[in-house]
Amino acid sequence: MNAFAGFVRKEAFHILRDRQTFWILLLMPLVQVLIFGYAVRTDVRDVRIAIVDPTPSTATRALVQRFASSSRFQLMGVYPTMQSLDDGFRSGVLRQAVVLPRDADRLLRGQATLPIQLITDGADPNTGSVMQSYATAIIQRWHAESVVRAGSLRIDLATRMRYNPTLESVNLFVPGLIALVLTIVSAMMTAISITREKETGTMEMLLVSPLHPWAIVAGKVAPYVAMGFANVLLVLGAAWGVFGMPLRGSLVLLLAECLLYILNALALGIVISTSAQTQRTAMIAALAGLLLPTLMLSGFIFPLESLPTPLRLFTNIVPARWFLLIVRGIMVKGAGLATLWQETLILVGMTLALLVLGARRLAIRLD
Amino acid sequence: MRVILFLMRKEFLQVFRDKATVFQIFFIPVVQLLVLSNAATFDIKRTSLAVVDEDRTTVSTGLTQRLEGGGRFRVVREQPTTAGVEFALLDREVSAVLRIPHGFEADLVRERHASLQLQVNAEEGASAGIILTAAQAVLADYTRELGMTMGAAGVVRGPVLTIATQGWFNPSRNYKHYMVPAILVSLTTIIGLLLTAQNIAREKELGTLDQLNVTPITKGQFITAKLLPFWLLSLMIFTIGLLIGKFVFGIPTRGSIPLVYLATAVYLVVALGIGLFISTFTNTQQQTMFVAFFVMLIYLLMSGLFTPVDSMPRWAQWAAEVNPVKHFAVILRAVLVKGAGWEVVARPILILAVGGVGILTLAVRKYSKQAH
Repeated sequence: MNAFAGFVRKEAFHILRDRQTFWILLLMPLVQVLIFGYAVRTDVRDVRIAIVDPTPSTATRALVQRFASSSRFQLMGVYPTMQSLDDGFRSGVLRQAVVLPRDADRLLRGQATLPIQLITDGADPNTGSVMQSYATAIIQRWHAESVVRAGSLRIDLATRMRYNPTLESVNLFVPGLIALVLTIVSAMMTAISITREKETGTMEMLLVSPLHPWAIVAGKVAPYVAMGFANVLLVLGAAWGVFGMPLRGSLVLLLAECLLYILNALALGIVISTSAQTQRTAMIAALAGLLLPTLMLSGFIFPLESLPTPLRLFTNIVPARWFLLIVRGIMVKGAGLATLWQETLILVGMTLALLVLGARRLAIRLD
Repeated sequence: MRVILFLMRKEFLQVFRDKATVFQIFFIPVVQLLVLSNAATFDIKRTSLAVVDEDRTTVSTGLTQRLEGGGRFRVVREQPTTAGVEFALLDREVSAVLRIPHGFEADLVRERHASLQLQVNAEEGASAGIILTAAQAVLADYTRELGMTMGAAGVVRGPVLTIATQGWFNPSRNYKHYMVPAILVSLTTIIGLLLTAQNIAREKELGTLDQLNVTPITKGQFITAKLLPFWLLSLMIFTIGLLIGKFVFGIPTRGSIPLVYLATAVYLVVALGIGLFISTFTNTQQQTMFVAFFVMLIYLLMSGLFTPVDSMPRWAQWAAEVNPVKHFAVILRAVLVKGAGWEVVARPILILAVGGVGILTLAVRKYSKQAH
């Protein structure tokens, strides 16, 4: 045990000695969360919209007014014809346009149909469908209110947005960022630090020491667990203090789950480092191999429900996906272990599997 | 010139000798492009819904049927009381709960006005909005239908609203047309930037950089020789990706391909130049990697590749103006999907060119041949 403690100390010195790397590792995740928390939003706002109204009237002006006063839209102009739309869309000045029919006012008082065209810049279908649904909602409300007359049927829909009533992106983003940053930083840290010993040849020296190879790996990983945990504390502190993110569940549970996830990412790093011979292969695997999948298959940006079935099944083996559910569950929804035990168990299982895989590969390498 | 060629040959040999790296730099982009291109959509196919039907009448069951039949909802729970619903929402068994209160039909018949309650799991902001709109659409249709059957004589009905939606440039609303270029940009950037940054850091760590420094090679020659091989490699990766996009995902190539390559050539100089610049002030590969990760994540997430630039606050939109990834993504999407020509992309290409010259000048100046 004494030898092990000495080894951990050596590793800790390695990290602390290189001041530059130490500060980068400690502060980088915090800075990222601060920047992205302010800058990156998945919701759609300020949609630049134009309205084509060949025959302006009080009723159509009410619609224009609705768009103008909505925070989701930015009204770029009301035009009598569709001619000016083409240029606007191509150059990107316009993202959306509502085209009203001729004599909308008369149609509104009649019994026939009121055909409205909604044109969206389809080059980005993702925001496109969100923009479309927002605009449709405004038009429908306008229509409903314009035609409400005595005797017509009306069903109101009282809506409650649960857990995140203001639809704040930050609440969605911070857990995702924690997962992303922890995955990459932890996996990369271990992978690089182990392959560096291989590359410089010092790994062999360590392996001939009386320490069990497992103790060597554990010793290399231990300081990084502390580092990852410090990152979690800083990031959570920023999320809570700067962005006012709620913490509805138990803090102890949250920290324990974070610790579990750090272990998971570090184990992944060990597996990568056992199959990589050089720092270059280790880092390409850790960074290029993990960055986009963690970003796109964890539910961080794109909702998992929307994935094609084979891909949705595949996301089950992405640890970040489970971690994201846990963090959001605890912070935003105030869930406890009663609801999150499955996710937790899966993460524990994955971590153990990765550790066993790493151990077996490590053993092979020793022969 | 000969010096540069020799140095380049050395770089190529070093990369291609390492089979694991060669495998990675071609395998990772291809697999990720093939897999991830399917992943990037906000479109939710069917939302799982719980219906709490306290009314138990023809009208209320009719509504449940319309919700189920509309294709946007999947009614996974239907029950007369709210028991267990709260937990189902918390446990993500359902994404939304619709409560039809007791007396719903009676109210509609008697007062011609009734209300419903919808609770949506708003953990994910954008999808919550879409769920709500889908519910409203079903409800609007159902109200109109009921109005026909229940409409008493002499009741004035308004016109039927029809909203025809069109997506310009991408009428089938195929999100892959939008996302394949984005993923291609990300992958090319990640691999190219990493390889370049790691390369010099490795020479520093091994001490071979000092050996190069004592040779009569000039700084300019050195930077060129370090840049060109990875520039060619990245161009190869980009080409493979473009072919996959074209033949596997059928992304349109409406604009001019030479224009795409011109933009790519300029962009890669900027991206790799950033990698070079990073490696001039870091000491170890580990440091280089973390700084590169930091820079890349900022560039990628703030470029509008994955989230809309328009939703970002003003300062971030300004910051996006100096983000090469953003400009390259704009060019690719405009030329490939919208068929835009030189007049639209001249400005972003010019910005990229200025950025490329700037970052290379910085890298050459910062790189010192003196030993540390």
